[in-house]
Formats: sequence, structure tokens, C-alpha cells
Amino acid sequence: MDDPPTRADRVFGLATSSAGIVVFVLLLLIGTFLVLRAKGTFDSQGLSFFTRVGWRTDVVPVRIGVLGLLAGTVIVATIAVIIAVPVGTMAALYITTYANPRLRSLLTRFVDLLAAVPSLLYGIWGSSFLGNQIVPLSRWLSRHGSWFPPFRTNEDASLTGTYFIAGVVVSLMVIPIITSITREVFSQAPPGEKEAALALGGSRWGMVRRVVLPFGRGGIVGGAMLGLGRALGETIAVSLLLPQGHILSIRILQNGGGTISGFVAQRAGSDAVTVSGLMAAGLVLFVLTLLTNLIASTVIARSRSGAEVDA
Amino acid sequence: MTTLEKASIDLRTTVVAGDVPERPRPPRRRVATRTPQDRLIALGCALNSFLLVWLVAARLTSGMGWLGFGLVWYATFLAFLYVTTREQDGVVAATDTLVGTIIGSATAVLVVPFAWLIGYIVVRGAPSLRPGFFTHDMSGVGPTEPSTAGGGAHAIVGSLEQVSLALAFTLPLGLLTAVFLNETRSRWRRPVRILIDAMSGLPSIIAGLFIYAVLIIPFGHEGGLFGHDGFVAALALSITMLPTITRTVEVVLRLVPGGLREAALALGCSRARMVWSVVLPTARTGVTTSVVLGIARAVGETAPLLFTSFGLDLMNANPFSDPQESLPLFVYRNVQKPSQAAIDRGFTGALVLLLVVLALFAIARFVGRDRSGTRRRAARRRTTPNLEEAT
Repeated sequence: MDDPPTRADRVFGLATSSAGIVVFVLLLLIGTFLVLRAKGTFDSQGLSFFTRVGWRTDVVPVRIGVLGLLAGTVIVATIAVIIAVPVGTMAALYITTYANPRLRSLLTRFVDLLAAVPSLLYGIWGSSFLGNQIVPLSRWLSRHGSWFPPFRTNEDASLTGTYFIAGVVVSLMVIPIITSITREVFSQAPPGEKEAALALGGSRWGMVRRVVLPFGRGGIVGGAMLGLGRALGETIAVSLLLPQGHILSIRILQNGGGTISGFVAQRAGSDAVTVSGLMAAGLVLFVLTLLTNLIASTVIARSRSGAEVDA
Repeated sequence: MTTLEKASIDLRTTVVAGDVPERPRPPRRRVATRTPQDRLIALGCALNSFLLVWLVAARLTSGMGWLGFGLVWYATFLAFLYVTTREQDGVVAATDTLVGTIIGSATAVLVVPFAWLIGYIVVRGAPSLRPGFFTHDMSGVGPTEPSTAGGGAHAIVGSLEQVSLALAFTLPLGLLTAVFLNETRSRWRRPVRILIDAMSGLPSIIAGLFIYAVLIIPFGHEGGLFGHDGFVAALALSITMLPTITRTVEVVLRLVPGGLREAALALGCSRARMVWSVVLPTARTGVTTSVVLGIARAVGETAPLLFTSFGLDLMNANPFSDPQESLPLFVYRNVQKPSQAAIDRGFTGALVLLLVVLALFAIARFVGRDRSGTRRRAARRRTTPNLEEAT
């Protein structure tokens, strides 16, 4: 027999559902208002906003385009993910299958702590210290690896403030995110199969390769996508590390370039025309990260069990 | 050669030869453990490769930097280790050792830069840290004054007010959303969860841009409803905080045993009563932990503030009018100034910010600590899930 819901239950249902709806509404509002404010730019620039490199608000009519920044954003995020995915995944493997229980809980907390370190601190550390340490490596790479197009540099180009340095610093920020996602998935690998692999005489690596990695593949892909999303939107560190110029170049070892978020951060408090352009650039970033994150969370949700524990 | 391969060869020879005298079995070896000999081999490989790379780097290449040197050394070390172990224990054991070493050093990549970051900020920030930093603002401090003059009291006050306001908006909403995700049976839970996940990855500068677009552009004129002030900054911060708090609280709620819920419902509770009197009290420790962690994240957010609170060198304790400074903005603005004193002051602010984040983290861990001291506490622990098991 079904009782009719009490008033308390109805209020409860209403309150919680509306809280859930707020999230929908918030995302919708963010998108709508960015479109609204960016409309002026899209009207005046048309499609060339997406194909032009450069940001001239001093000429009439203004000529602004997002392509250079977009390329920079993607390049920095790609470098960061290339470094962070292997390192983060391996660190997660160490935490779940190699470390003893004491070290495991210590490292797990440590990864949480790392994810809470403000990006600003990485930014000032990277721009005043780590960047200079990477320069000799960049010079060596550009001298001996110039057969690889991204490693080419111009004669006497400055090697600070490069995509490469920004990518390395951003990767340090992305690693904890990837580690915590993949760790969560790896720790759910069926213990029976792990023990069976060891009992059959497999080495620890054999066990990892045959049981843990196939089980956690979804988590690795999801974690990588989530890390990519973070890297695309990384703002403060990149705004301190790159000169935020508009160029279209894959030469990651030489000075120059910028990303959407870094550029927007540096132009805070500009005139109305610029702001409309910034809104348009922000909209591009919003769509890009939202898509990446949606894919990531769908992949992760599929590889994560949502069952409640029972004591 | 593995034990298994050896055994099979033993078997074959026995079949062929029939009556060979029994050979002593090789001592059994657990692959998972490391013997002192393994450690010696690793040490030897490290030393050898260091010397080799040092020689080659000194003679043949130049100007790789210590970073490049370290990378080449590491690669050579791995090669040495692999070859030596293969000689000793066979391919399977060598691969296992190699991969184990690589995986272990990946963890070092996690730890070392962080320690370095902390060390660097302490070294740069500590010399100009004076008690005055916590009591003075930047009024009357000229660009030529030393970095010990002035302070960040205005930034600390601003951070405190903005984060408190943001928490006041986020906490009820985040809790309700987490309850919605975990305690109701609505069809919309799955899409909302995915959206929350996606929102937590939203660049925080978008939050600032959004608040700027929706509140400051239309209402920010002279005498308007909103302007650049601490309140709108708090709104932008709460957009970045909401998904973090919702997700962590939801994870904690998921740990509340289903049996408790069923017991409450079986006693005739309404769902609202069950959440209020059973689920939330049970998860109290975990919820507190996740809220403190949410604060720790929000304190260091800079990007949402750039378009909203703007920053100011003077004390402004009123979050509802005029621009306001906060710790991350103080650091961001100062390290970009041309004068060395300002940069040093920025690093002092960074040190304070780092200490605040670390302290909040320690508080979160203290609240959610493992209470297995007395028996009564142990009994409580059985019903009180703590966040550590979840995260």
C-alpha cells in the first residue's frame, strides 16, 4: 500500500530538486550571457573572428580574432597532458598496487593537498624560478632536435616565456587531478583477479598489465580528458608565464604566444569593445572546456560504480 | 630465467635422461620483495650511469642544464638496471624491476616539485615577513620603500569576507544538491551529476566573466546596484566553489550505510526527517572535512576576482561597495610590478597564502581524523564513515 507523501516529504522533494535545477540554470545562464555580451563582436567580425590572428582595437573598424590564442591554448594543454597522463597514471598505480597501506593513505592525502595548491603559486614559482631552469634544456633540444618541427627556433630567439615552459608548469597542476581520478578507478580493480594473477606466477607488472590496466582503461581515458579540460582553462599561471601575444606557431621552444584564459585575465578592466571581444573569446573557451569535461565525466561515470555501501 | 622455466627444463631432462642424480633446487625467491642484493645492483647502476653520463656530458655535449642532465642520467640508469637484472634474474624479473622503478619515480615527480615550490616560496617570502604584514595596509607606501614596509592586512580582511560570503551562498545550495543526488530517486540525478562534474572543470575565469557580464555591465554605472566590490567577487567565487563542495559532500553521503536509512524509514520517518536526523548527523565529520577543503580551494582562487573585486591598496572592510583586495590578488598584482620591493612583498603574501591553505588542509584532516583511541570512539567510528576512505 502506498501512503500519500507527507507535506514534509513534498517540501523536501521540491527543495532538493530545485537545488539540482539551479545547476542547470546556472550553466545555461553562463552560456546565454556570454553569447549576449559577445554578440557585438560576432556581428562586427563575423566568421573571421575564428580565422584571424591578432587583436587590433586601435584601428577602425576593430580587427580581432581568436585563432592565435586558441592555438596557444590547445598547444599548452597538449604539452601538459602529454607529460601529465603517464606520470599521473603511474603515480596512481604506485599508490594502489605498489605502496604499502601506510604509504598509500599518506600519498592519497598528499595528492588531495596537491590539488588544493593555488595555481597562482605555481605561476609565480614557474615564472621566477622553474622557467629559467628549463631554458638550457630548451636550448639543447632546439640545437639537436630541430628535425622535429615544434623544436625549431628562430636565430637568437628568447627561450623564456615559451609554450613549453607553460606546458610543463600546467602539467604539474594537472598531475594530481589525473592521479586522483585514475587512483579511484584502479583501486576498484577486482582483488580476486589480482590475486589470481599473482598466484599463477605472474610478476607484479604482469598483474598490473593484465588485470589493473585493462580494468582501469576507462578511468585513464576519463582522467586524461578531465586533465585536458583543466589544462585548457588554466588561467593565472599561464597569464604569468606567457607574454600573451597573438601568434600562430608551433615552435614551442621560443618566446611568444598566449592562451585564451591568460589573455582574458591580463585584459581585465578594459574598454567596452575589448570586453565584448573578451566575452567572445571566453565563450569559445567555455564551449571547448564544457565539451571536454562532459565527455570526460560521461566516460568516468561509466567506469565508476554508483552503488551505496551497506554495513 | 624464471623458476617456472627452470622447473620445466628440469622436467625435460628428467624425462630424457631418466636417472640423472637429483640436483639441489634453486632457492625460492619472492619476486615482490627486494633483496639487499637488488638494492646494491640499483645503487651500482645509478653510480655507473651517473659517471658515464657525466663523462659524456662533460666531453661531448654542453649546456644541457641540470634538468637535461638529470633526464639523460635517469634514462641511462634505467638501461643499466634492465640489462643487469636481466643478466641476473631473466627477462620477466628485469621487466618487472624496470617498470617498478619507473612507476616509483613517477611518484617522486609528484612529490619533488611540490617540496621545491614550498621551499622556494618560504625562502623568497620569509625574509620580508614582519608582524606588521598582518596589521598594515599599503597606504602611504611608496614604490621606493623596502619590502618590509606596509603589509597585507587589507588583503587578509578581504579574503576573509569574500570567502565567508561565498561559503554562505554555497553551503546550503551545495548540501541540498548533494542530498538531491544521493537521497532522492529523481530521474534527473544522472544528468545533474554529469553537469556538476563538467562545471567543476569550468575555467574559473569564466565565473568572473559571467558575473561581470550579468551584474557589473548592466548595473555597474555610477550609483548602480552592483559595482566592483567584494560581494560580486564572493558570487563569482561561489560559482567555482559550488561543484567542489557538492561533489565531495556527495561522496561522503554515499558512505552512509544504507541500513541506517532503511531503519529510519522503517520506523516511519519521512524522507526529509531521515536526511535531517540520520544521514546528515552520521556524515557530519565528512561534511565538515569537505567544506574545509572547499574553503582551501576558494582561498587561492585568483581568476574570478580579476573582473569582480579588482584589488585595491587600501583597507576596505565593506564588501558591499568599492573594490577590495584579497590575498591572491595582492600576490598577483605585486609580483607583476617592476620594483623589486613589490615583488618581494608579493612573495611574502604568497607565503601567507600557502600557510593558510596548508593550515586549512591540516584542519580538514584533523576534523576527519581516524578516531580509533578509546572503545567508545571506536564504536562511533563504525557508524561514522570518514572521508579518508572515500578520497
